[in-house]
Amino acid sequence: MAKGDGKLPEHKTRSGLPIRPLYGPKDGAPPSSVGSPGEYPFTRGIYPTMYLGKVWTMRQYAGFGTPQETNERFKYLLQSGQTGLSVALDLPTQLGYDSDAPEAAGEVGKVGVAIDSLADMETIFDGIPLDQVSTSFTINGTATILLAMYEAVAAKQGVKRERIAGTIQNDLLKEFGARGAWIFPIEPSMRLVVDAIQYCTEHLARFNPISIASHFRDAGATPAEEAAYTLADGVAYVKACLERGLAIDRFAPRLSFFFYTYVNFFEEVAKYRAMRRIWARLMRERFKADSPESWRLRIACVCGGHSLTKAEPLNNITRTTIETMAVACAGVQSVFTAAYDEAFAIPTELAARTALRVQQIVAYETDVAKTIDPLAGSYYVEALTDEIEAAIVGTMDEIEGRGGMVRCLDDGWIQRRIAERAFEYQRDLDSGKVPVVGVNVFKAEREEPLQIHRVDETAERAKAEAVKKLRATRDNAKAEHTLAALESAARGTGNLMPAIYDAVMAYATVGEITDRLRRVFGVYSPSTAF
Amino acid sequence: MRRIRVLVGKPGLDGHDRGAKVVASALRDAGMEVIYTGLRATADAIVATAIQESCDVIGLSVLSGAHEAIGKRILELLHSRNVHIPVLMGGVIPPEDRDRLRAIGIDAIYGQEATLQEIIDGVRRLAQKEIVE
Repeated sequence: MAKGDGKLPEHKTRSGLPIRPLYGPKDGAPPSSVGSPGEYPFTRGIYPTMYLGKVWTMRQYAGFGTPQETNERFKYLLQSGQTGLSVALDLPTQLGYDSDAPEAAGEVGKVGVAIDSLADMETIFDGIPLDQVSTSFTINGTATILLAMYEAVAAKQGVKRERIAGTIQNDLLKEFGARGAWIFPIEPSMRLVVDAIQYCTEHLARFNPISIASHFRDAGATPAEEAAYTLADGVAYVKACLERGLAIDRFAPRLSFFFYTYVNFFEEVAKYRAMRRIWARLMRERFKADSPESWRLRIACVCGGHSLTKAEPLNNITRTTIETMAVACAGVQSVFTAAYDEAFAIPTELAARTALRVQQIVAYETDVAKTIDPLAGSYYVEALTDEIEAAIVGTMDEIEGRGGMVRCLDDGWIQRRIAERAFEYQRDLDSGKVPVVGVNVFKAEREEPLQIHRVDETAERAKAEAVKKLRATRDNAKAEHTLAALESAARGTGNLMPAIYDAVMAYATVGEITDRLRRVFGVYSPSTAF
Repeated sequence: MRRIRVLVGKPGLDGHDRGAKVVASALRDAGMEVIYTGLRATADAIVATAIQESCDVIGLSVLSGAHEAIGKRILELLHSRNVHIPVLMGGVIPPEDRDRLRAIGIDAIYGQEATLQEIIDGVRRLAQKEIVE
C-alpha cells in the first residue's frame, strides 16, 4: 500500500534491517566476489557438491516415555531404513534427578524418555548394534553421564568405542541464556563441557561432543542476535578448549551448531550464508586454524519453534514448509521439521510423520536440492547477507567489549535483552503490528478439535519402582566406591569422564552421580529479573 | 488503594520462561508490583513467598505437562496454611485439562492465545475481588 505522499512504505526484517522496495546491481556484493561452494569463506556452502551428493540429514526429534517404548520405536525406525536415531530425554534426566526423586514428581517420561541408570540405556539399545547407528542425544547438564552410558553399552555389546557415532548437545551456555536446563554454576559447567570435548577428541573418534545451539531465538532474540549469541558461545567454547591445552585443529572440526528457522524466508537464507563466512574468518584469522575442516560451520536446524501457533494448528504445516524451503536454499547439513501440534504436546504419530513428509517433499518433489545455493546473485539476498553479517558482527563485537559471552550471561545482560525482545514481540502481536494468520488476523470462527498425544500417567510410578529396585539389587559397595572416587576427582582439576564412566558401569544412577557433583560444584542460582 | 501485588511463579523443572517473563513485564507496565520466582521454584517456596509478600494473586507458568500435579500441590499448601490467594495458570495446557484444573480450584487459565490485556484484566479482576472481600 502506498502512502498519500506518494512514497513507498518502509519495511524492516525481523532483525530490524531495512527492506527496500527494490534492489538492483548496486546492492550487495558483486556476484564475482561471493566465491564458490566448498571454498573459504563458504558463503555458498561448506562442501563443493552440497546436496548433489546427498540431501541434508533428516533427523526428527521425538520422545517416548519409557526405555522399552523407545527401544521398540527405534527398532521400527531402523527397519524402515532410518540410520540416525534421536533421543529426547525427560526433564528429571536432563537435570540430574532420578525418577523417584521428589523433584521429579509429575515430570517422569513427560517430554522424553527417563534414564536413571545404565540398565535403562541397555534396554533402549537392546538388539541395536551401536556400530551400525548414529544417535543424537538432546542432553546438556548430564551430557557427560549419558555419553559414558552410551559408551558402556557399546563396551557390553563388544563394540570398540572409537566405532560409536552420534552427538550430545552438551551446550551449557545457552541453558543459562535461554533454555534453563542448567544444573551447576557456569564455571564447573564449562569444565564438564570441555571434559566431554577432550574425551571425544582423544577416544571417541566418531562422536560429536557438542552441538552449540541457538535457543536464544525461541526465547525472543532476533535472527541477527540469535546468530551473534550462538557464534559468541562458539567462541567461548573455543577459548575454553584452548585454555585446556587442546590443539585447535584437533577439536574445531568436531564442533557443530544448531539454529532456529522461522518464516522470514529471505532473512533466514541470508543469516545462514552470513554465519558461514563469519565463523570461517574467526577460525582462520583469529584462532589461526590451519585445517579447512576447522573453518566449516556445520549447521543443523529446526524449522518451527516459536513461529508455530496453537491457533489453527494445520497452518503450521505451511509455515514449516516455507522454513524448510529456506534452509534448503541456505545449504544446511541437517534438518528437524517440527510437527504441527508442537504447541500442544509431543507429537502424535500422524503429526510426526507429516513433519517428516514436509522435508521429503521439499527434498524430492521440488528442484531445490538439484543445484547449489540457488539464491546466490540475487540483488536482495546478497545485500541482505552483507547487512545481516554486519549486524551479527556488530553484536559479537559488543559482547567481546563486555568481556565475552560467559561474562554477559553471568551478569544477565543477554537474558535481559532477550526478555525485552520477547516483550516487544508480544506487544507487536497484540497490537496487530506483526500479522500472524489465525492468531491476530484472519481468525477462524470455530476450531476443530485436535487429537493430541497423551502420556501414560502410570508410567511414572513404574519407573520410580524400577530405580528403587535397582538400588536394592546392585553391588552397592561398588557403586558407593565409584561415587566417592568421582567426588574426589571433582575436587581436583582432571578430566571427570573416566570417573563418571566407572560410576555408570557400577550402576550408579544419574541422580546419585549428579548429587555428588552438586556437593562439590554447588548449584546455579537463577535470575529473578524480567 | 494499594497497588496489586502478583507473584509470577515458574514451578517444575521446565526452563522455558519466555512467557512468564513477558507476562511479568506486562503486569508491571500495567502498574502492578510483580515478583518473579525464577526457574524451578518449589511449591513450598511459591506459597511461602506469596504469603510473606502479601500477594493478591499467584500466576503459574507450566509448559511441561505437569500442570495438574503442580496446581494441586500449590492449592493444598495454600489450604493447609489457611490462606486464600487466587491462582492463575498459563502455558501449554490442553483444552480438555482446563475443566479439571478449574474443578480442583484454579481460578483462571490462560493459553498461548491469550493477549496481554486479557491477562492484565483477569489478574485485576481477581485481585480486586480479593481486596474488596
